[in-house]
Amino acid sequence: MTTTAPRRSQKVSFRDRLLRLAGTVTTPLLPGDYLDLVAPLRAGAPLRGRIVAVRPETRDAATLVIQPGRGWQGHLPGQYVRLGVDVDGVRQWRAYSLTSPPGAADGRIAVTVKAIPDGKVSNHLVRRIRPGTIVQLDQAQGEFVLPTATPERVLFLTAGSGITPVMGMLRAGLTERADVVLVHSAPTRDDVIFGAELRALAERGAVRLVERHTDTSGLLDVTELDELVPDHAQRHTWACGPLGLLDAAEAHWAARGAVDLLHTERFRPTVITPGDGGTVTFTGAGVTVEADGATTLLDAGENAGVLMPSGCRMGICYGCVVPLRQGAVRDLRNGDVTTAVPGDGVRIQTCISAAAGTCDIEL
Amino acid sequence: MTVIQKKADNPIAHLSAEDIEIIGKELDAIRDRVIADRGERDARYIRKVIKTQRTLEISSRAVLLFSLFPPAWIVGTAGLTVAKILDNMEIGHNVLHGQWDWMRDPKIHSTTWDWDHVSPADQWKQSHNELHHRYTNVVGKDNDLGYGIMRVDEDQPWHPMHLGQPVWNLLNAAFFEYGIAAYDMELGDHLKQKRLKDPKFRAKAKAVGRKIRKQVLKDYVVHPLLSGPSFLSTLAATFTANLIRNVWSHSVIMCGHFPSGVETFEKTSIEGETRGEWYLRQMLGSANISGPRLLHIMTGNLSFQIEHHLFPDLPSNRYQEIAPQVRALFDRYGLRYTTGPLPKQVASAWWKVIRLSLPNRRDRRQPVAPGPLVPSGAA
Repeated sequence: MTTTAPRRSQKVSFRDRLLRLAGTVTTPLLPGDYLDLVAPLRAGAPLRGRIVAVRPETRDAATLVIQPGRGWQGHLPGQYVRLGVDVDGVRQWRAYSLTSPPGAADGRIAVTVKAIPDGKVSNHLVRRIRPGTIVQLDQAQGEFVLPTATPERVLFLTAGSGITPVMGMLRAGLTERADVVLVHSAPTRDDVIFGAELRALAERGAVRLVERHTDTSGLLDVTELDELVPDHAQRHTWACGPLGLLDAAEAHWAARGAVDLLHTERFRPTVITPGDGGTVTFTGAGVTVEADGATTLLDAGENAGVLMPSGCRMGICYGCVVPLRQGAVRDLRNGDVTTAVPGDGVRIQTCISAAAGTCDIEL
Repeated sequence: MTVIQKKADNPIAHLSAEDIEIIGKELDAIRDRVIADRGERDARYIRKVIKTQRTLEISSRAVLLFSLFPPAWIVGTAGLTVAKILDNMEIGHNVLHGQWDWMRDPKIHSTTWDWDHVSPADQWKQSHNELHHRYTNVVGKDNDLGYGIMRVDEDQPWHPMHLGQPVWNLLNAAFFEYGIAAYDMELGDHLKQKRLKDPKFRAKAKAVGRKIRKQVLKDYVVHPLLSGPSFLSTLAATFTANLIRNVWSHSVIMCGHFPSGVETFEKTSIEGETRGEWYLRQMLGSANISGPRLLHIMTGNLSFQIEHHLFPDLPSNRYQEIAPQVRALFDRYGLRYTTGPLPKQVASAWWKVIRLSLPNRRDRRQPVAPGPLVPSGAA
């Protein structure tokens, strides 16, 4: 790595110089703004991807095959990628597990999405998105990965779309030489995402597959594992699924003194329920105040001594727009609620917004 | 015109305080309906306009590399002019208003956008979005009424300097972007009060200087140099494009608030102003331009100045759609919806600039046209 580093930096600086020169003709735009018209996936562009195929998996799940931009740095099996997609014209960011093995020859990656009821983004991705669409990407992240040396005995405990990171691991072939048990829950046999592929793996002995069809057999009680997988507390376990399953698993493994062997991946960790007023933190200023549902964030900040940008104070000039890192705010003019989780890139007008729950303002 | 409060036949005398609040509610409802419906179609629209503008700009500049060849000069100059107009009007002005912030696309956002204009985006946003849109047509508060160099209302005091205002206006039209930059940084006030060393002013002046340097370097040095033997003809082309863009935006903007039929307001009248009253001031303080769709796009939909002033942050492609509803509201409440074709509105605005270069004549203050709603200064 050290030998290539200087060469790389030289290359970048030459390119930078070239771009700066090109910038004198494109100003106030950047050369990249023009290049985006023809090569949105080029090296040096903000990371994006092009949807190349949408493959239905079950009645409510689909796999999106994505050609990532040149800046894609690869992933480890089990990691997820944050995907920014425009739904009804509004950019929305969500995280999805990568289900493709790393290092595909064509450089493509895949995520598998399950449409959740009323899920704005998941339904769009499963049912509406078309090949050719450009989406925004982040680099792969996540700690839900296998160690470099795969343990000899492994248990995967999954439910619903929780199978997706595990599928990424199985497809990468990391567990070929391990003793693997997969306990997976889904409403019916047809609802098992990757059902055919998993059953084929089981047939050739790569995994022992325990399918639980909850419509007929009810939800899995983790104590049933004592019977299903008697040595489960001795197995390195990766669990992914609804919060109820994960909470129960954590309690169960803790009770058996094996909590170190359990790795969990929690989907949708933050559910924001808008309320009336809340605790507002101005993260840059390090100020926290309690604001009621009728006080604008601008007033709340100013009253607490935060230097707030402001303008018309009536919602027309956009001089007070600041990033809402996370939380919920209400537009006092019409009651519309805006929510954000970190990374959403949501900006709000503080002069017409009041807290609708805990919020962090980047100021 | 004369501030509405001093008129013998005040065009809002027939409205009760309650009427005004109902008008406000109705306008809020129009706004909410657009917001509820705002979505993919709108996003596609602005991205298409941006793409068109960029493609047009870069291809026109490419054609101008051969501007020694007259047809190339004409095609390239025309294309560059249109690209510059689109950049300033339908894209720049509207993005900087926050009309597209709802898309959450950091590349098309009021906090990140910059335009091909010598006034830096943040300075323009402050003087335009915050001051002009808030204090629209309030004499003594809204400096857009004559930009501090002209007298465009009978209630602005006359000064011998105003004798030259037709000439100032012509110069302002030709170099409009510089006029705007000077205006946004409050150059006039600082010159008059000898406050040129004020650190805030200096920071603003520096930012303007940077933008001017970049634009001059691009339009008058780099692009002509790239054209090689066509150096001079490309220089002439970019100068022409900037000139036409300036005159065009100046004309459109004059039509927004200067034509006859537009009302002005007294400073004291906005103390404790309600939302309904603010709306009403926007309704009476703006004028539209009628014409085909292409005209609307080239004006950045400021041809729907009334709708824009009522809802400065709604996507510009929606103004035309809501105009019939807005107009119906005017009709229902007996208010005058000022509109007219471009040449007529430009002439009307120019006539005012010329007329008010002279001091008021007493007889001008008399109503000259019949009808209860025609303002006294309409002639």
